[in-house]
Amino acid sequence: MVQAIILVVAQTIVLLAVSPFLVGLIRKVKARLQLRRGASVFQPYADLAKLFRKQPVVSTTTSWIFTATPYIVFASTLTAGLLVPIFVSSTPLNFAGNIIALVYLLALGTFFLMLAGLDAGSAFGGMGSSREAIVASLTEPAMILSIFAIALTKGSTNLSTIVHKTALLEGIATDPSPYLMALAALFIVAIAETGRVPVDNPATHLELTMIHEAMILEYSGRYLALIEWAAGLKLLVFLTLIANVFAPWGIATSLEPAALSIGLAIYLVKVSGLAVLFGVIESMFAKLRLFRVTDLLGVAFILALLGLVFFYVLRG
Amino acid sequence: MIAHGLAAGAGLVGIVLGIAGLLASAPLTLSLPSTLPFLTFAIRLDPLAALFVLAISLVGLAASIYALGYVTEFYGRASIAVLGALFNGFLLSMTLVVIADNGFFFLIVWELMSLLSYFLVVTEHEKAEVRYAGLFYLIMTHVGTAFIILAFLIFFQAGGSFSFEAFRHPEQPLSEGMRTLAFLMALIGFGTKAGIVPLHVWLPYAHPAAPSHISALMSGVMIKTAIYALIRVYFDFLGGQFPWWWGFVVLVIGAVSALLGVMYALMEHDLKSLLAYHSVENIGIILLGIGAGMIFQTYGLTEFAALGLLAGLYHTINHAMFKALLFLGAGSLLYATHTRNMEEYGGLLRRMPWTGVFFLIGSVSISALPPTNGFVSEWLVFQSLFLSFHIPTVLLKLMLPLAAAMLALTSVLALTCFAKAFGISFLALPRSSHARQAEEVPITMRIAMGLLAVVCVLLGLAPMVVIPMLDRVVAPFAGMSIEGKVLALDGWALAPVNVEFSSLSPMALALLLIALSALGLLLVVAFGGLVKQRYYKTWGCGINLTPRMEYTATGFVQPIKRVFSTLYQPTVKLETELLEESRYFAKRRRFEFHIEPVFQKYLYDPVVAFFIGMAERLRVIQGGSLHLYLAYIFVTLIVLLLFAV
Repeated sequence: MVQAIILVVAQTIVLLAVSPFLVGLIRKVKARLQLRRGASVFQPYADLAKLFRKQPVVSTTTSWIFTATPYIVFASTLTAGLLVPIFVSSTPLNFAGNIIALVYLLALGTFFLMLAGLDAGSAFGGMGSSREAIVASLTEPAMILSIFAIALTKGSTNLSTIVHKTALLEGIATDPSPYLMALAALFIVAIAETGRVPVDNPATHLELTMIHEAMILEYSGRYLALIEWAAGLKLLVFLTLIANVFAPWGIATSLEPAALSIGLAIYLVKVSGLAVLFGVIESMFAKLRLFRVTDLLGVAFILALLGLVFFYVLRG
Repeated sequence: MIAHGLAAGAGLVGIVLGIAGLLASAPLTLSLPSTLPFLTFAIRLDPLAALFVLAISLVGLAASIYALGYVTEFYGRASIAVLGALFNGFLLSMTLVVIADNGFFFLIVWELMSLLSYFLVVTEHEKAEVRYAGLFYLIMTHVGTAFIILAFLIFFQAGGSFSFEAFRHPEQPLSEGMRTLAFLMALIGFGTKAGIVPLHVWLPYAHPAAPSHISALMSGVMIKTAIYALIRVYFDFLGGQFPWWWGFVVLVIGAVSALLGVMYALMEHDLKSLLAYHSVENIGIILLGIGAGMIFQTYGLTEFAALGLLAGLYHTINHAMFKALLFLGAGSLLYATHTRNMEEYGGLLRRMPWTGVFFLIGSVSISALPPTNGFVSEWLVFQSLFLSFHIPTVLLKLMLPLAAAMLALTSVLALTCFAKAFGISFLALPRSSHARQAEEVPITMRIAMGLLAVVCVLLGLAPMVVIPMLDRVVAPFAGMSIEGKVLALDGWALAPVNVEFSSLSPMALALLLIALSALGLLLVVAFGGLVKQRYYKTWGCGINLTPRMEYTATGFVQPIKRVFSTLYQPTVKLETELLEESRYFAKRRRFEFHIEPVFQKYLYDPVVAFFIGMAERLRVIQGGSLHLYLAYIFVTLIVLLLFAV
């Protein structure tokens, strides 16, 4: 019991501590590719600290939903993060929810963000909420199907079980094509869900092209800090999902200190690598028009479906 | 007043009866002979019936308390005494439907239920659209009843008696063809009442037309009596023996109803019509669970069959609670603002804080967000669909996950729809003078909503209470109890059928959410101290913000309308009157948009479709587009090639 609590607390700290770093890393990679020096990778920490100290301005139009939302988004994203194995393959919270619970926890945050976007009464917030809705609607089926394609090969939808089995090389299919399809689908889903180029641009200053940023336009001070942190956490959760579900090797499968520290180090390398990849992709593509995003997400859905078909066909 | 007080009392008795029925080891029966042939007033309370009695009584109790305040709306417009009497009769007939033990008796009370609900729908008969809704409902429900009579006659022919016992064990077993016929007749007959696509068209007319507490009963429990009857016929009378395609048909109908229900709900801006369409959606989700159960039953996978059925029933109960809650909430908005049009609400959370919170709980539940009851039952439906890899047929192995993907799409769209419903109605600035003058509703109405809200939360957090009850219902049909296989960790977690495959603990998630919100607050205090926040008006691009600048419900769903335009077939009309001085400035703009009522148009206007359609159809082929003609040539070629092979 004590051990479980320590592990949960440790995981919470790692999630909270690493997520701003990845945001900073992606910004750095983008800056370097644009031949800029860019801010330090630790800049997001300073930003958060500053936002926490700033006086928040709250619109007089809003209700309690507006001030409660940052806490709900923060809590639901962090809860989702606790369901994913990070540096040790068996999380103590395995019983609390499987990957579907994770998807729906993230949806809980999205729901309240959409409400908060509408709450201030400004048209920009409504626009953001409305666009977020369409992107979320189209990603979710692809996500569920790609998850199922992975779950099939491991006989489980519990993340710990999936990661643990893969780490121990159990149930590895001889033909990797279903995996690769599901990986590609989940990658597109991750880009869409975390609001990255080419679906959304987190660095935009143009209200008319914003999705996620438009929803949170009215936030400032500590509320903005919590939401920014939650956005970083969501990015980390998706990167961790990709890294640990498809390539969990190196993760600690026991609770020995040596294994744990190696697991943590390898985890950091893996998510940093993926963050660099995200940065490169952001630099390579232009943002898609909103109504072209549907095509991209349609591709993700078809890929996930093909992964499923391949699995059954190859198995015979 | 007296009528509704009595109804509330009856509701309490019904709850006791329901719980007793669920806990009793043997079904309670009572039979009164009658002078008519074939008819005995037989009632039987087995666990399945008891579950529905419980649901009807709970919603009935809330609706009666609610009505004490709500009927003041009808003073001087309708006879409160008649309304109260009909209300009581309606509750009684629904209860009798689920406990009837004789086919003839069942049909009589079924008809009674339909007629009484018709009279309740046309309470405000001075309005033309209410009369139209009532007539539509009356016709549809009688078409449905005709099919039910046919189904029962098939059983009667084989059993020689109208008693349900004879239906269960007929003298000569039904032939395969007759069984199939009974399956289809029951599906159409009860499906009409349940509101499956494409037989759902009466729902969005009839449910909003009725007084809100009646809508809550109709949407919450009346359509569930059809689910009860379907389970009764398929798993009880037909003995749970089906070919695979029966389950498949139910599954497909479920998936289509769920998706189309929510799609049409999104485009509705009449709050009660929106909720009515969501009933179609949730009936679909229930049928997904039941359909999956039927498919598993075919292949002898009893555990999974029980799980599917249990998931469907769990969602049935949940939907009864949150849909009744939402309809009562919609009724409160109607009571406070005298309009059902969402575009005229806005800012109501400040004016009606209690109603707002209850409506939010209902919205979160129906959007299946953790840790509410809607999430738990939808999660179980997901699990039963995912367990499809045990089925030996590749087609079904693929179709069930596809149904899961459709369920995922459905639930996100439902989330969008309720972000719209709650956000537009309760947040931001009031959009009309109605909303500006709104006041919180009387205490009785708040108590009723609060009761259902508490039930919603409890149903989600305490599966260890709900699952054993549902297991008692399912066990006789599946032939095994799966309680121990679904519950884990002394009931604090769900781990259906096998712990390795999946697990969920709503209580743990709820505690985590609370603890981590507290952590967020702690971080705020630790890093920033207690900085006082400043209040200021929203930036309106330099001018003062007015309600006209807010996002409307129509605008909110515009991207969805555009992406799924194939389904909606929207027609947009924009008229602009320009200023004479300059054609860049408009004096007046008029925007209109309609979506095509596909089913009404293509299925319910057959006469029109026949006469006008013949000529029209020939013209449609000649579309004038070269691509279309090329497609025709291509299709013809393929058909010819197929014949050649």
